[in-house]
This record gives sequence, C-alpha cells and structure tokens, in this order.
Amino acid sequence: MTTMAIEKPAEREIARTELTWNRPQFRPNVDIVERPDELTVLADMPGTSAEDVNIQFENGTLTLHGKVKDRDPQETGCVLQEYGVGDFHRTFQVSEIIDTARISAEYEDGVLILHLPKTEAVKPRKIAVKTD
Amino acid sequence: MALRVNGSHSINRLRSVMDRLFDSAFEGYPQLTRDVWFAPTFPAVNVWEDTDNVYAEAELPGLKLDDIELLVMGDELTIKGERKDVCEDEVSYHRKERDAGYFNRVFRLPVGVDAEKVEATLRDGVLTVTMPKADEAKPRKIEVKTFPK
Repeated sequence: MTTMAIEKPAEREIARTELTWNRPQFRPNVDIVERPDELTVLADMPGTSAEDVNIQFENGTLTLHGKVKDRDPQETGCVLQEYGVGDFHRTFQVSEIIDTARISAEYEDGVLILHLPKTEAVKPRKIAVKTD
Repeated sequence: MALRVNGSHSINRLRSVMDRLFDSAFEGYPQLTRDVWFAPTFPAVNVWEDTDNVYAEAELPGLKLDDIELLVMGDELTIKGERKDVCEDEVSYHRKERDAGYFNRVFRLPVGVDAEKVEATLRDGVLTVTMPKADEAKPRKIEVKTFPK
C-alpha cells in the first residue's frame, strides 16, 4: 500500500510556518505539473479571493498565502463539522531553472494557478538537421 | 452512505466520527478503483441550523455549478458530481495531491426541509446550501387553556 492510499482527502495538514495571528492555518493541496515551457502549480484554496492571495518569492523560496474570511456561523446549532475554516499557507523551494521575473498567477473557483516559466536556457529546443 | 447526526448529543458525534473512521479504514484496499476511495469523504461538509433554516457548506474548489448535482428530498440532502483533472495527458507531475473523480454524499438532516425553497450558491469554490425547514418541523407554540371554575 502506498502512502497515497492512506491519506484521506478531507483531512488538512496544519501549515508548518506559523504566523503571529492565532488563526487556524491549513496547507492547501497542490498539483505541480511540468510542461515544456513552464511549471504549473495548482493549489486548492477555496474561500479566498484574488486580492487576498499573497505570493512572495525571496531567495529561491516561493510562499503562497491565502487569507480566508471567517465563515463559521455564530450563534447557530452545529449539526456536523468536518472541516475548519482558516488561512492557507505553503512554501516551496524553487530551483534555478525558473525565470522569476515572469511568474504569474490566476485565481478562479477556489483554485490558485501559478505559472512558473522556465528560463530560456532549459527549454527543450528542436534542432533542425540540415542535409546537403 | 447516509449519516444520521442529531445535533448536540456527544454520543451521536462519537458515532459519526466512528463512521468516518471505518469509511477511511476501507479506503486503502487496492482492489477498489480510485473513484471508490474518493467517494465517502469528499467533499468535507459542515452542517448547521438555526430556527428557520438548515445550512450546509462544502468546499469544492475547481468546480462550476454545472459540475455539481444537489438533490433535496424530505430530510435527505445529496451532493454529487465529478471533479475532472484539468491537465492534458502529456505532462509529468511533480506532485499530485488534488484528487479527481466522482463524488456522492448523502446526509440525513435533523429535520425535514422544504425542497421548493432550497437555495444554493457557489462562490470561490465554496458551496453554501440554505434549506428552509418544513413548516411541520418548526417549533409551534401551543397555548394552554384553563378550564373556567
């Protein structure tokens, strides 16, 4: 059995670096896909918005942070609670092959899509073979 | 699988926790297809109520309203749909943590709700369903008459 079989999709990991606010924080699930010209990062961050997402890149470390407004209902009776609501936070080490000046991101339907374009030097280049 | 949850009693909370524990214990069998693993615990759902309504909220990032089917009947709420993988086949994954596939969850609500008046919104990946309680389910004040002496 691989580790993936044991992971429950509904569970969320608590983020490792802590913020000074005492709010719950979660580590968003992420897909990292390698394409010929870029690395695409898709992160599940429902409940935040394009303005509340903070992406920082410093010294080869990429930090994703999504601020989530409190949605927990006050003064109502809880019947079932399977997840908590809190900010999203995750950091990655980005290798040198990324052209950091051209990193871009979109946020749609609760998913943050981050485009990390590769530097020109590492893109696969097709070399035409000339014949005499 | 229908979950019967009944509000504040801690014994019922223990039971729903045990239900989920057993669900997840069976998730690891390699003979089952990936879609069956995915079925019992996605999406995670919160349900709460006040005097007039029952509310359900689920996190469904990457899904549009067309991908989700909501069914309400009496005191049963069904949330089902399919989350598709957005990437084409010829990419290589460094990490794949976001699952894809069919999901189908059924909940037994604490009271019957009026299916005609149910409203649902999907915003930034958060689905909120507002279900007004059926009139029979709302508490009714009963007047006590006294007999004349």
